[in-house]
Amino acid sequence: METAPPLLRFDGVTCRFGEVTAVGGVTCDIAAGCFVAMVGASGSGKSTLLKTVNTLVEPTGGRVLFAGEDVSELPPARLRRRVGYVFQGIGLFPHFSVAENIAIGPRLAGEKLAPARIAELLELVELDPAYSARMPDELSGGQRQRVGVARALAGEPELLIMDEPFGALDPVTRDALGRKVRELHGRLGLTTVMVTHDMAEALLLADRVVVMDKGAMVADATPHALLAGEGGAVAQRLVSVPREQAERLAAMELRG
Amino acid sequence: MQEIWDILPGLGDKLAAHVVLAASAIALAMLIALPMAVWAGRSRTVSRIALSLASLVQTIPALALLALFFPLLLSLRSVFGEGLPTLGFLPALMALTLYALLPILRNAVTAQANLDEGVLEAADGVGMTKWQKLVLVEAPLSAPFIMAGIRTASVWTIGAATLATTIGQPSLGDPIFAGLQTQNWALVLAGCLASAGLALAADNLLWVIEVGLARRKRWMTYGGMAIVVLGILAALWGQRSDETERPIVIASKQFSEQYILAQLIGSRLEAAGYTVEYRDGLGSAVVHSAVASSSVDISVDYTGTIWANFLKRADNPGREAMYETIREWEARQNGVKVLGRLGFENAYAFAMRSDRAQELGVTSLADLVGKGGALTVGGDPEFFERPEWLAVRDAYGLRFGKTRNFAPTFMYDALRSGEADVISAYTSDGRIAADKLVVLADPKAALPSYDALLLLSPRIAEDPGVAAALQPLLGAITVEAMREANFAVDREDAGKLTPKQAAEQLRKRVEIGK
Repeated sequence: METAPPLLRFDGVTCRFGEVTAVGGVTCDIAAGCFVAMVGASGSGKSTLLKTVNTLVEPTGGRVLFAGEDVSELPPARLRRRVGYVFQGIGLFPHFSVAENIAIGPRLAGEKLAPARIAELLELVELDPAYSARMPDELSGGQRQRVGVARALAGEPELLIMDEPFGALDPVTRDALGRKVRELHGRLGLTTVMVTHDMAEALLLADRVVVMDKGAMVADATPHALLAGEGGAVAQRLVSVPREQAERLAAMELRG
Repeated sequence: MQEIWDILPGLGDKLAAHVVLAASAIALAMLIALPMAVWAGRSRTVSRIALSLASLVQTIPALALLALFFPLLLSLRSVFGEGLPTLGFLPALMALTLYALLPILRNAVTAQANLDEGVLEAADGVGMTKWQKLVLVEAPLSAPFIMAGIRTASVWTIGAATLATTIGQPSLGDPIFAGLQTQNWALVLAGCLASAGLALAADNLLWVIEVGLARRKRWMTYGGMAIVVLGILAALWGQRSDETERPIVIASKQFSEQYILAQLIGSRLEAAGYTVEYRDGLGSAVVHSAVASSSVDISVDYTGTIWANFLKRADNPGREAMYETIREWEARQNGVKVLGRLGFENAYAFAMRSDRAQELGVTSLADLVGKGGALTVGGDPEFFERPEWLAVRDAYGLRFGKTRNFAPTFMYDALRSGEADVISAYTSDGRIAADKLVVLADPKAALPSYDALLLLSPRIAEDPGVAAALQPLLGAITVEAMREANFAVDREDAGKLTPKQAAEQLRKRVEIGK
């Protein structure tokens, strides 16, 4: 893993909105095949940094390299077809059926996605292929996000970026979909970057956790290292929350 | 009731013209408003300016907006040449288009502003270009709201299009205006029923399309659109004209005498083998310019009107001098030929109920001095702005307690009901005799003369056939004959005639008189 060339490189990326500095000079390499979680409190700049990858946000300084190319020099429409994007708002097109939603990326590229491929994608996210004819407003929140993930995977992306992908889901659905995405990451050989404010989710799913605070990267470590106490004060404060919750739950169980 | 059903089938031409006008205005408004809404969605400044301007247009009464395009187009002739039409379809289309902009624009802008943020982010996220995002996401999601705006605009436009009559564009307003002036209520109701029916039909059809768009029922959307298109095509087909040469267009202002004389002139020309067309119910100010610009060919106007409004003179040199000056001025200034005088005057005069006049001891304007403070004077909508009123007021030093405006038809009702004590009547009006009114004498000759003139536009000024056909009318219509014809049209009992019937009677009288 260490020897693989980075698929994604943040090179001194800075994002300023007027007076506010959302991201202040982040440099970080992400190797192909890696599952990286970016964790931080609200306003720490993690979402902004993520959106510079598919140029939904344009950095005011520094650059983002995707497979060695500066993303600001790639045509945005073509770049976004190579980068699967899943976000909290999901954003299924309400006037398209499930099948049409999943097929939109390839359709924009001029290809027609075969029904068999749509069925396969639905099966990947554990939805019955019969759902392909339904409209988004006939689905539950969890089912919608599954379709959102299938849509992101339809174009066979090299990179999957996710912005609080499970934030609006109930805990059971959230856990199941998290595991599913992690499994697909391994099975499809993806490179994944997930933004979340939930350290437990990050520790359980990622190979590597990047902690953001006030626009800066304050920790970059494996889940094991973080649990072993590395990564500094901000990271440890975030780790302490799920750890204490787990300890309290264990204690309750012991007391019976 | 039966009368209305008899009139309705005859309104086919007007309905077709109405549909074509309203549909064109809506289509043009959509062509302007929709791209503007897209632009407004990307710039708050554009959005604010566009919506303010469209709202401003709505505050102008539709009637005024329509009338304003006449002088505007007239002045644009210096740029586009004499071929630019100043009356009829073009100004009506422009005014109605402006009127239709607001609801379409406002709904389209609101629809865009209310689109779900997540959906827009997803459109960018899946790699749509700006154009793809507009076509695949923004437009279909906004469509039902935009359609609702188009529906509102259609109902407004179909209603306002009835006013196009006043600037010479045939529409369902023709029977309404003609009926109002001649107190033919069946005609008014038939026009209103037809335009209301059209508005309702359009509203329901567009509603079907809107629901089809909102619920994604293609058969509703396309079915509704197909019927709309068929309706417009049928109207266009109904409007096709097979004539090659422009007929002679006879204008009339908005009162009975004008309708009758237009019919009389038309019947003489038709007898001489000409095809004629009527532009009824034009605004008084519009008619003169319309003749001068050959937008219409023949009108009847009055010496006093031209004297004050177009020569801008306030003096009174006497009847003959006024006529000769106007004749010379029209030929020199406008190329308009004053063919001659019809023989009667339709002057302003002050009239009172005879019992009231007796009670107050009034027989002339001079008698009103000192008594006016307790009296109400009624005039037509333009009267109190006219130089005649100022001349009379200043010559006698008249002061009235109240001045009120009435439509000409209703002035006599006001006098009868006591809402006015004195009115500005017209000397050729049949109701003076019928209501046994007292016309107050004018010892100081403050009121100018109002000889009825026959005006020919520059286009037909030198046509010997036209002059020959109309020659017998000159000097042939006495004020008594005109009063009788006017009263036949204005009365509301069984003896009521249409302007065409009254014109026929008048024609016989004129021909016997010769």
